[in-house]
Amino acid sequence: MKAKYRFLAAVAVLGLLMTGPFLVSLLLVWLDMQAGERETLARLLLSRLPTGTVMTLFGFAIGAIILHKLFKQYVEGLLRMAETLRLMLGANRNFRVSLDGPPEVRQLAAAANDLATQRDALMDDVEAQIARAKASVEEEKNRLAALMSELAQAVVVCNLDGRILLYNNRARLQFKALTQGPTSAAGGALIGLGRSIHSILEKGQVEHALEVIRQRLAAGKTALANFVTTTRGGQLLRVQMVPVLPVPTPGSGDADEAAPSAAFSGYVLTVENITHNIEQEGRRDQALLALTEGSRAALGNIRAAVGNLIDYPDMETELRERFVKVVADEADKMSRSLDQTMADFSDSLKTRWPLEDALAIDLIAAAQRRIGDKLNLPSKIEEQDDALWIKTDSFSLVLALTYLAGKLQDHYAPRELRFRLTSAGRLAYLDLIWAGPAMSSETFYTWEMDAMSVGGESSPLSLRDVIDRHGGEIWYQREKAAHRAFFRFVLPVATPEAEADPEEQQRSAERPEYYDFDLFNFADKSIDLDRKLAELTYTVFDTETTGLEPSNGDEIIQIGAARIVNNRLLHQETFDQIVDPGIPLKPESIPIHGITEDMVRGKPNIDIVLPAFHAFCEDTVLIAHNAAFDMRFLQLKEERTGLAFTQPVLDTLLLSAVVHPNQESHKLEAILERLGINIDIRHNALEDALATGEVFLKLLPLLEEKGITTVRQALEASEKTWFARVKY
Amino acid sequence: MAHKILIVDDEPNIVISLEFLLKKEGFEIAIAGDGDEALAQVAAFNPDLVLLDVMMPKKSGYEVCEILRLDPERAKLLILMLTAKGRDTEVAKGLAIGADAYMTKPFSTKELIAKVKSLLGVA
Repeated sequence: MKAKYRFLAAVAVLGLLMTGPFLVSLLLVWLDMQAGERETLARLLLSRLPTGTVMTLFGFAIGAIILHKLFKQYVEGLLRMAETLRLMLGANRNFRVSLDGPPEVRQLAAAANDLATQRDALMDDVEAQIARAKASVEEEKNRLAALMSELAQAVVVCNLDGRILLYNNRARLQFKALTQGPTSAAGGALIGLGRSIHSILEKGQVEHALEVIRQRLAAGKTALANFVTTTRGGQLLRVQMVPVLPVPTPGSGDADEAAPSAAFSGYVLTVENITHNIEQEGRRDQALLALTEGSRAALGNIRAAVGNLIDYPDMETELRERFVKVVADEADKMSRSLDQTMADFSDSLKTRWPLEDALAIDLIAAAQRRIGDKLNLPSKIEEQDDALWIKTDSFSLVLALTYLAGKLQDHYAPRELRFRLTSAGRLAYLDLIWAGPAMSSETFYTWEMDAMSVGGESSPLSLRDVIDRHGGEIWYQREKAAHRAFFRFVLPVATPEAEADPEEQQRSAERPEYYDFDLFNFADKSIDLDRKLAELTYTVFDTETTGLEPSNGDEIIQIGAARIVNNRLLHQETFDQIVDPGIPLKPESIPIHGITEDMVRGKPNIDIVLPAFHAFCEDTVLIAHNAAFDMRFLQLKEERTGLAFTQPVLDTLLLSAVVHPNQESHKLEAILERLGINIDIRHNALEDALATGEVFLKLLPLLEEKGITTVRQALEASEKTWFARVKY
Repeated sequence: MAHKILIVDDEPNIVISLEFLLKKEGFEIAIAGDGDEALAQVAAFNPDLVLLDVMMPKKSGYEVCEILRLDPERAKLLILMLTAKGRDTEVAKGLAIGADAYMTKPFSTKELIAKVKSLLGVA
């Protein structure tokens, strides 16, 4: 019953209580009376009735007022308090009950407020703990990603479907080197978060390895599988696979002990390109063969001729001369073939001590520091080849240099040392120079053969050992004119492996994006229009063109694109390619996109770029700002390249119009400003594509507010906007 | 009657030695410089033994050996293969396809003469 009705009922009861007993007594007295008495009573009562009624009404009014006041204070006050408490439970935690009303209600309110305060403190504590835990998990993830990106091995982590969840920089570089083609797809055409590893490694082989791991797990062996595979480009890759096993949760005890065999959720691949090693081994074999079997025939000829010469000493002179000539010929031939072999295979025949590639000047800098620290001997670099890489065991080489410096200091006390770095063909010359008297070759010989020790540090190695390790040489030489001498280290020159270019390094410094562990839970990712917008993989792209009329001969001159995976815009998985349009650029358009004739000449044409771009956006939803324009250019090439972009296309211009139908401008600049995104756009395809990506991510929650959560809904809503009617 | 020996090798530097040596030992000698010539000489010269080099232009020693072994009329022809390859697998192959003996270069002249004589059954 509503409070209001209860109040009315209470008032009615009050009325009855005030009049009821009187009326009932009157009725009983009346029935008991004689006729005369009744008449007298009626006369008495009727004459006093107004006074009685007034008094009764007055009393009733006072009673009703008191009742009303009590009702207000206790019933309605408590109802209000209940509402407030509900508010505190849900919408507004910080709300408090106001302390008014009678003392009992106030005490209740104060107690409720105290309870709320206590609850807030607890909740704050829990939230703080959650935040701390989250931060530490995030930090661990980032640390892992950072660690991985520094590894010298290529590492890729996949879920069981073969989707890539994590890869490191080395993997990117390695697979980038595998992509044969003129486009700078940033390796993206092959490797990328959420992409399938099967585009790189053959599916059957991966699955066989998984099977091997399952069997090994079941048999209780170390779960590990190795295989060697060839890529489409003919490169040889050695791959090691280990499973990602579930982490045993504390408390779960031994019950799950047997489970992991079935339960691994993904795998880690370490990939090594062994093409070069195999080639080297092949060359070494070839050299060995050339030296052994190649010599047999010649030796056979010599031996037969010599045999005859010995066994028949009295043969005619002419014959003897012919045999001698055979020996001379063959000996000559063998010498030449030996030289040839050495020349051809010198690299392969070098010592097998593992040498690393190092920048020679870095090595000298290290030696200088050490000589300064240990011997307090200053040194300078006299001449240097900044770009010279050498194959070296840097520790032992620095030790050798320091050792020689120490010996020189002991014997000749030079005031300073100098370094010189030059190269000749496949050899690097590292000279350690000092001014002083000539030294004897015997002295140097002992220095060379003794175990090295310098400044209290000693090594079992001799200088000769170090030189041999490098497959190098060392000698002592004088520069008479300058009254000085030097030791020359001859070391093998290295061709440095592809280093990440600085721009990419910088890009990766911004934030690590090589991982997304949430993808562990991602199964099939083919495009389903009814899937949540936030779950899909997208390619945001933009093109720069020679002009605005695709059907009138205007052509694409730049395509820029980036991927959105699991609601993140991946700045490291981009596509950025300038295209030679095959027609002259329009002078008036050059200031807009900033691309000049010089920049497009010699670049691949659209027939080459489009297939690469097509591969880049495979299995993704396309996003562009004013997509119809860009899509028109792509469509016009369909016939020629045979490549159709059939995936769904979302347009940020239309989506913005869906979200903010009353805004006048839906230009990219305007939207960026409206959504509070601070990016300068400069009509550069990649930058604009990235800006479009940011816009899309900001639009997602706004679309959700409008009830648009799937691709299908987004497409339908887009179609209904006015802007969708503009056609190119 | 002197035994007839056909020397098949494309390298004159070994041919000259073998020819001299075997003539000194009293054999009748013919020479072929490649596989095709060897087959022609076998027909024309009708040797008792062929010294057959493996590595030759046109037809290899293996091929010549196989062709010769296909002819039942020449079942008694002795084939001594010479090779500059010393691998076990090649020796096995030569013997498998019908060579009577196999010698790897470099060999001593004495060994060769001994081998030839033992094959021909002359002391």
